[in-house]
Amino acid sequence: MRAALAALLSHWRRSPLQLAMLLLGLALATALWSGVQAINAEARASYAEAAATLGQDRLSRIAADGPVPQETYVALRRAGWRVSPVVEERLRIDERRSLRLIGIDPLTLPAPAQQVEFGEGDALLPFLTAPGLIFADPETLARMEGADLPPLRAAEGLPPGIGLMDIGQAQRLLGMEGRISHLLLDPEAPQPGPLPDGLRLVSPDSESDVARLTDSFHLNLTAFGLLSFAVGLFIVHSAIGLAFEQRRPMFRTLRALGVTARTLIGLLFAELLLFALLAGAAGLLLGYLVAALLLPDVAATLRGLYGAEVPGTLAFRPGWAAAGLGIALLGTLVSSAQSLWRVAHLPLLAPAQPRAWAVASERALWRQAMAAVGLLILAGALLLWGRGIVAAFVLLAALLLGAALLLPVLLAALLRGAQGLARGPIAQWFWADTRQQLPGLSLALMALLLALAANIGVGTMVSSFRLTFTGWLDQRLAFELYLSAPDQETADRVVRWLEPRAEAVLPIVRAETEVRGQPAQLYGMADHPTYRENWPLLAEAPGVWDLLAGGGWALVNEQLARREGLEPGDPIRLPGWEGRIAAVYSDYGNPSAQVILGLDRFFALHPDAERRRYGIRVAPDRAAALAEEMRAAFDLGDEGLIDQASLKGFSLQVFERTFAVTAALNVLTLGVAGLAMFASLMVLSGMRLPQLAPVWAMGLTKARLARLEMLRTLLLAAGTMAAALPLGLALAWVLLAVVNVQAFGWRLPMHVFPLDWLTLGALALVAAALAATVPVRRLARLRPADLLRVFANER
Amino acid sequence: MWTVRVKDPSDKLLSLEGVSKSYATGEGPVQVLAGVDLTLAAGQSLALTGESGSGKSTLLHLAAGLDAADRGRIVVAGHDISQAGDAERARLRRGTVGLVFQQFNLIPSLDVAANLAFQARLAGRHDPRWQAELAETLGLAACLHRYPEQLSGGQQQRVAIGRTLAARPRLVLADEPTGNLDEATGDAVMALFLRLVDQTGAGLLMVTHSARLAARLQGRVQLSAGRLA
Ligand SMILES: Nc1ncnc2c1ncn2[C@@H]1O[C@H](COP(=O)(O)OP(=O)(O)OP(=O)(O)O)[C@@H](O)[C@H]1O
Ligand SMILES: [Mg+2]
Repeated sequence: MRAALAALLSHWRRSPLQLAMLLLGLALATALWSGVQAINAEARASYAEAAATLGQDRLSRIAADGPVPQETYVALRRAGWRVSPVVEERLRIDERRSLRLIGIDPLTLPAPAQQVEFGEGDALLPFLTAPGLIFADPETLARMEGADLPPLRAAEGLPPGIGLMDIGQAQRLLGMEGRISHLLLDPEAPQPGPLPDGLRLVSPDSESDVARLTDSFHLNLTAFGLLSFAVGLFIVHSAIGLAFEQRRPMFRTLRALGVTARTLIGLLFAELLLFALLAGAAGLLLGYLVAALLLPDVAATLRGLYGAEVPGTLAFRPGWAAAGLGIALLGTLVSSAQSLWRVAHLPLLAPAQPRAWAVASERALWRQAMAAVGLLILAGALLLWGRGIVAAFVLLAALLLGAALLLPVLLAALLRGAQGLARGPIAQWFWADTRQQLPGLSLALMALLLALAANIGVGTMVSSFRLTFTGWLDQRLAFELYLSAPDQETADRVVRWLEPRAEAVLPIVRAETEVRGQPAQLYGMADHPTYRENWPLLAEAPGVWDLLAGGGWALVNEQLARREGLEPGDPIRLPGWEGRIAAVYSDYGNPSAQVILGLDRFFALHPDAERRRYGIRVAPDRAAALAEEMRAAFDLGDEGLIDQASLKGFSLQVFERTFAVTAALNVLTLGVAGLAMFASLMVLSGMRLPQLAPVWAMGLTKARLARLEMLRTLLLAAGTMAAALPLGLALAWVLLAVVNVQAFGWRLPMHVFPLDWLTLGALALVAAALAATVPVRRLARLRPADLLRVFANER
Repeated sequence: MWTVRVKDPSDKLLSLEGVSKSYATGEGPVQVLAGVDLTLAAGQSLALTGESGSGKSTLLHLAAGLDAADRGRIVVAGHDISQAGDAERARLRRGTVGLVFQQFNLIPSLDVAANLAFQARLAGRHDPRWQAELAETLGLAACLHRYPEQLSGGQQQRVAIGRTLAARPRLVLADEPTGNLDEATGDAVMALFLRLVDQTGAGLLMVTHSARLAARLQGRVQLSAGRLA
């Protein structure tokens, strides 16, 4: 038993490279998967924390359509309601930083909402009195360094990005004097009666809106993690498969010497377990690093796209580590199942020659083709009848896996054809030999196919998105300047001052509303050529702008239209208004529903809406000068006046960061595929000598053989790239037309970028050439004595 | 039919002068050949005998241009290959020499028919009728479309012999070609070799342990202690 184990393990000592590949593949697979999981876990934890802020996951709230006036609060208290006021608003600090400021009344706050210990009054007094005291978690505190804010103090247990403050001080800081965002209801106290008109009771919410909104983003990440994991497993599978194949004679000898099949399997199992634990631990370490590297970008994306606060630093979670080791074990089992099965059914007497394996694989090829076709049919069915984001991802998985399984079948058919057409003896041998190599290389080629297709698919999606998005920004950000005055009084003065100086000054007004029971944003839009000429409409009723100005029609964004199946002409109802849809417009980078009404109708519904924000039209070459004058004449601050270019720049920056993570994972996946290729070629090159030596003996130089080996690798890579192109485009189409619609609510037109394909194709060839370089050079440098040994050794 | 060569003893096909060869091993260099002299004329057949491990295969490999000698001169069909480069050796193996290995090294990815034709096609001397006759005589006609791994040891050896004979090389080097064959098949194979020598004027150097087969050749040399006797 000990001797048998020692014999089995001696193989790895003789092929350290194979062992390295096995461990590396497993470690990489685990790393990419658990890295993504770490990011997701961090984000989820902070959403849960945010949901629990002020006990929102347990406390009911009272809210109105807009802010609740202070008098209403006082009246409720008088009527016996045990409520506590809260203001909650984002405070912009400068271009990069903002803080979600929450103002509370520590004296009436219900017990479940108490999050900060004020100690023996040493914090309470400065908290209550001007200039106030802001509690924030240490990381947020560090981020606020140098900001023009009241004194800050660290408090554990607060979600990131939140500042907790006394309500009175917060109202002053936010310019919300006399207004309250919502009221927290003490669960212990009975409700004294029905709520007055205009107020509604909001039940506690265990899952924050943010968590729901970001679900699809995290699903995206998970899908990518899974893809990388699968690509990594290809390496593991091929390393294990070849190691088992090479040890086949040893297995036979051991069995012939009386080791039972069960003992043999047990030993191999123990060996794999050891590797899985080793590589899994290394993978966890690597995964933690990957996650820590990517998390700041992910955090920035989530903040920019969804306003979700996720800390930029990673916490270590034991559960995550256990899951990572588990997935490493599972991956090892999955990728070694076939090999173990073969060992269990190993006939004691059978020729242990490479072609026997190839012939068996040809039979397996048929089964593989059937499985591939089945998966592709499943993908087609999901495309036709699938609903929802999960179905979309299953569709993606079926498409990719089906295509990957089909690849060796297609390549084998192509090689057979080439062999039939070949005339010269060397050409014929070349094709026959390539066919024989195919089973050993097909897993690496499948990994390459997936990585290339993912690259083409995701690249096409991102580039299409970028093209659409920049065009859309040009339309959407049609004003030269955007004014956001600190208060109503300043706003009025600026507008009066602007009247003789600007071509047009149009208010940008918004309020919260509801469509079919879902929260939505309501905007008012002036009737002006700026909108008529620029607003990015996807579908419209004739005379859309006159309809909108008339007040009986509304515009809705694509997200809302897709979610609710709305089209121009359909009826739509908001609280206090009923009408029809005049048009659907595209609205990227925003997950929520939007409705636009004519300005007059908007103010009829929301007479109290703030009019502090305006869009300013002016001749583009005058814009900079006008901005200068405005800043000189009024105290607008950095945020008060923004020009079109910086707004576009900011939006594009959010966009780029959104896909920075995707791009990073993309590159990693391609790297892993290159490694898989290298691993397979290295391992195969060890088995190649008996196949090459006869041809060499009959008069081919080593140099020529080496060139042919290189050519073979390049041809296979090129064939894989050729297959990856249609697959990648199909993937891009599914991402743009199915996944995006399900995840974000918008559909994007697909643009193709053939130049990118050329680059990627060249990259794939270079990667393949690099992967083949070491084994090919090894071959070219063989001494004749090494080749002759092949003829001397019993095979 | 075949071009019949004039049997001229001065027509030297292979000559070795003072050839030495040693292999580097873990325990230092092992001297295998220590000054071997040998000549083989066209149309001549020679048996090479010697104990196991005496260096017979090594000598054949050197003569075939597979490896380079440490010292000495090797001339094959008028070409001195002692100093030849990789490409020149390859050309020689391809066009002039036919080597039947002790371990019959067939090309695993090609079937029997393609294996039989491979060397002849490389040399540009493919003759389907001659190949068919060889396959018939060697008893391979029934397994032309099988792959090497599906053959028995003796069948594989016969394919290896057929492959060499099919190319009709000027110099035939055979390393125990009948080692795996029964007596009758061995005799038939021997007859084929001799027919080639007779009809094309090829030279034959054959390693064999069988005194009976050695007796059918024109001469016999023995290798011991790195030299020919
Ligand atoms: N490639 C090699 N590297 C190192 N040593 C070698 C190599 N080839 C042969 N030898 C050694 O050279 C010696 C001669 O080997 P060779 O194969 O020429 O003997 P042989 O006479 O053909 O023996 P046999 O009758 O068993 O075939 C042996 O000791 C062998 O171990
Ligand atoms: Mg020998």
